[in-house]
Amino acid sequence: MADELVNVTIDGMQLAVPKGTPIIEAAKQAGLLVPHYCYHPSLPSPAVCRMCLVEVEKAPKLMPACVTAVAEGQVVHVNSPTAKKAREGVLELLLINHPLDCPICDQSGECELQNYTFQEGRSATRYQEYAKRYNPVEDFGPDVLYVPNRCILCTRCVRFMEDVADTPVLNVSERGDRAYIGIAEQQRLDHPWAGNVVDLCPVGSLLSKDFLHKARAWDLDKTASVCPGCTQGCNISIDTRDEIVVRIRPRANLEVNRHFICDYGRMNYRWLNRGDRVEAPLVRDGARHLATDWDTALDRLGQVVRGASGGAVILASGRASTESLGLARAMLDRFQVTAAVQVPLGDEAPLAGIPGLALRRERAPNLVGARLLGYTAQWEAALRAVTDAGLVVLLDADLGPDDEAALAAARGMVVVLATVMPEARNAELILPVTTMAEENGTYVNRDRRVQRYQQAKAQPGMARPVWWVAGEVIAGPGPDASAPSTAAEAFAQLGERWPVFAGLSHEEIGYTGRVLGEMAAGAGVAR
Amino acid sequence: MGYPHPSHPKETVVLSKHFGDPEARGYAGWVKHGGYQALRKAVGMTRDAIVEEVKASGLRGRGGAGFPTGLKWSFMPKEVVKPHYLVCNADESEPGTFKDREIMRWTPHALIEGCAIAAYAIGAERCYIYIRGEFTEPWRVMSAAVEEAFANGALGDSVFGSGKRIEIVLHRGAGAYICGEETAMMNSIEGRRGNPRIKPPFPAVAGLFGMPTTINNVETLAAVPHILNRGAAWYKSLCLGNPKSTGTKLVSVCGHVQRPGNYEVTMGTPMRDILYDMCGGPPAGRRFKAIIPGGSSVPIMTVEEAEAALFDYEGVVEQGSMLGSAGMIVMDDRTDMVYQIWRLARFYAHESCAQCTQCREGTAWTTKILERILAGKGKQDDFQLLLDLAENMTGKTICVLSDSCAAPVVSGIQKFRSEFEAYIAGSREPVLAAI
Repeated sequence: MADELVNVTIDGMQLAVPKGTPIIEAAKQAGLLVPHYCYHPSLPSPAVCRMCLVEVEKAPKLMPACVTAVAEGQVVHVNSPTAKKAREGVLELLLINHPLDCPICDQSGECELQNYTFQEGRSATRYQEYAKRYNPVEDFGPDVLYVPNRCILCTRCVRFMEDVADTPVLNVSERGDRAYIGIAEQQRLDHPWAGNVVDLCPVGSLLSKDFLHKARAWDLDKTASVCPGCTQGCNISIDTRDEIVVRIRPRANLEVNRHFICDYGRMNYRWLNRGDRVEAPLVRDGARHLATDWDTALDRLGQVVRGASGGAVILASGRASTESLGLARAMLDRFQVTAAVQVPLGDEAPLAGIPGLALRRERAPNLVGARLLGYTAQWEAALRAVTDAGLVVLLDADLGPDDEAALAAARGMVVVLATVMPEARNAELILPVTTMAEENGTYVNRDRRVQRYQQAKAQPGMARPVWWVAGEVIAGPGPDASAPSTAAEAFAQLGERWPVFAGLSHEEIGYTGRVLGEMAAGAGVAR
Repeated sequence: MGYPHPSHPKETVVLSKHFGDPEARGYAGWVKHGGYQALRKAVGMTRDAIVEEVKASGLRGRGGAGFPTGLKWSFMPKEVVKPHYLVCNADESEPGTFKDREIMRWTPHALIEGCAIAAYAIGAERCYIYIRGEFTEPWRVMSAAVEEAFANGALGDSVFGSGKRIEIVLHRGAGAYICGEETAMMNSIEGRRGNPRIKPPFPAVAGLFGMPTTINNVETLAAVPHILNRGAAWYKSLCLGNPKSTGTKLVSVCGHVQRPGNYEVTMGTPMRDILYDMCGGPPAGRRFKAIIPGGSSVPIMTVEEAEAALFDYEGVVEQGSMLGSAGMIVMDDRTDMVYQIWRLARFYAHESCAQCTQCREGTAWTTKILERILAGKGKQDDFQLLLDLAENMTGKTICVLSDSCAAPVVSGIQKFRSEFEAYIAGSREPVLAAI
């Protein structure tokens, strides 16, 4: 049943929006941002900051756009002199008790107070009274610092913890300009999703200890990506400075994670910065490995693949992309393949206020993608198959002592594609590959949504994506046009073998992802 | 009764008839004075009939807003689908107001009866009386009276055997002015922080615990039994010319008058009569300088304006102020107006709930500017600054606390500018230490 549409005019633009839409959301549809602080699309709205006051014709007072619903024939002025003056007033008042911390404040460069003041605030203060309020910095918990002096009391953090995280440990304490955000006695902000209050804070009042003084916002390169933490597939932004990942932040996706990520995903990025990488393709020469160029290495790999007989085993990391897993599988087409993907397990941590959103037990972002491509999660069974397999391919899996022992006992050929140097004395080849931050690719999350992630930092050394290596082997040597040169081309090839991906392209997947249709019969079954 | 003084001939004694009479506090004493007749009558009437009677009487909210009571009651859903609630606002925190205190101290059963009738009329089975925490004596008196009412069948599962259920629950506040705002009061009763809520939704649709709720002031509810006993026409006739303001009003006069206290007057009584006849005028050798008629949240009046005003909702507006809660603060010629306005601003800055930016920061900044002026460091620019601030603080917030802070500042600058100028020019000695 279609929503009843209501006609409104906002700053001269005619719009038709569903009944009940608040003016602030209707304005977004017209490309107009109504300045605001306390409003947030994923939080209940209290209309306390008074920043979003707009002029509505025939209304006696300025109305807060975040809680005033559109009405038929309404005429709204967001940028009229009256509305602008009201906003200028709010900004002036917010700044009188706000310290001049910009030079030392982490939020500088991505601060909503800076932004709106620059856009329409006063250029000089009229405040000449005695010192501004002073309260010492507080440590709220594992990662969060609270700087009361900078707080503008928008209460987003309080509402997040109370209504979305269902853990009301934060409140507003005291009255008037003595108010501050208090944390319940003896409590810490250790909820698995509490790190989001740092993102929600429009100013530099709630800070991440992990990111404290690490980098300036304007030095950061921000890349749209997908969290490699678990099967939820939250959309993230990987922020890098000088090719080092310094921060993970959520990216809005109303279908998956809305505006939030869990602390596990937020803090789990240091492995992307490891320096102890395999630097060049390594080929076995007797008891040692020799560095060589890719042409030589690919030739050797092609020989190994064509020369091996019997079964093949693929041991893959759960963080491998759909393109990589698919092409690696295709490379071993003529074998009887046992393919397994590594899925570490952890505790589930749901976000109570958002149904369907949780840190999942399966800490492998592409488990579903792997299953669709014929991989299983039966790691032990795959390890047992290693001993008698003709060919074992390791796709950057993390090896424990049991895994290493199983590999060492392999009678067939072992090929290793790895980021970090593994313990693999008997490997024919050790090829350097990229982490998910160094390549383009896709993951399929637990709801069968295939989502793209983009390259956030340069490939170190001679590392290449796994799909490229496999694609080159499949195509063979010589000037052959069928080797995919981009992840998009690699993805397009998947549809030929696995119908569930047929007809879908990277471009269509875009930034919000696409849910895959029902599986066609026989697709994704292990051969 | 001009308690603690004997009644003045120009007063109209209705609500204050038994102020000062300890016998009126008890159930038996109250019944002897004609109490609970109205409640007995009410439980035999229909809800609509009571609402119509109150509408016809012209009773308006006595807590400050002056909203027609019968009309407010008629906003409640006709059919009781979800529980309805009545909340009696006994928070009485408006500076200068001390009338509800007397009603509760001396005639608690008047309030109980009024609450019970009102609860029944709006379809509520429970009424919460929110008493400010500082009212320890009214609390004790009301607690005892409510117990007596239950014991005598005036409250309970079957009021006076009628089969109608009405109960009263007393709730104590904890010292916040903002909890006198109706939506903040509901939050406070629910155990939350006393922050005002945005409207819509309105209390009659979703109020206490999300249920349809009506909030009325103590004085308003205390008038209800009289309306039922003597009829709406009688109440409407208590009016001196302006048919929109009927009935009596308890005026709490404090400050520089000979006889401060509570006086009950017919709506439309000239303010002159209150100031000079009932209160005896200014102290010996003094002259009036400024009067705040309705609790500190309304504009300050000059003596000329006050002497010309008729004391009802429209009459005071005509002279540039508002009736408000009728907490009249009278200041004579020894008063430092700048100091008093600073003192009021300091109150609002202390009581702001801190939700809205304009109130939270504006009240504090206004206070600091006035402090600076009183410390001898004021500047000419401060006038425009204070007026700009007051404009920012008016009409832009969830509740009217910030508007209330702006009112004395704006009216003070308009009508007593010379006093500010004296501090700024340095011709008056600073009264505060510079910070």
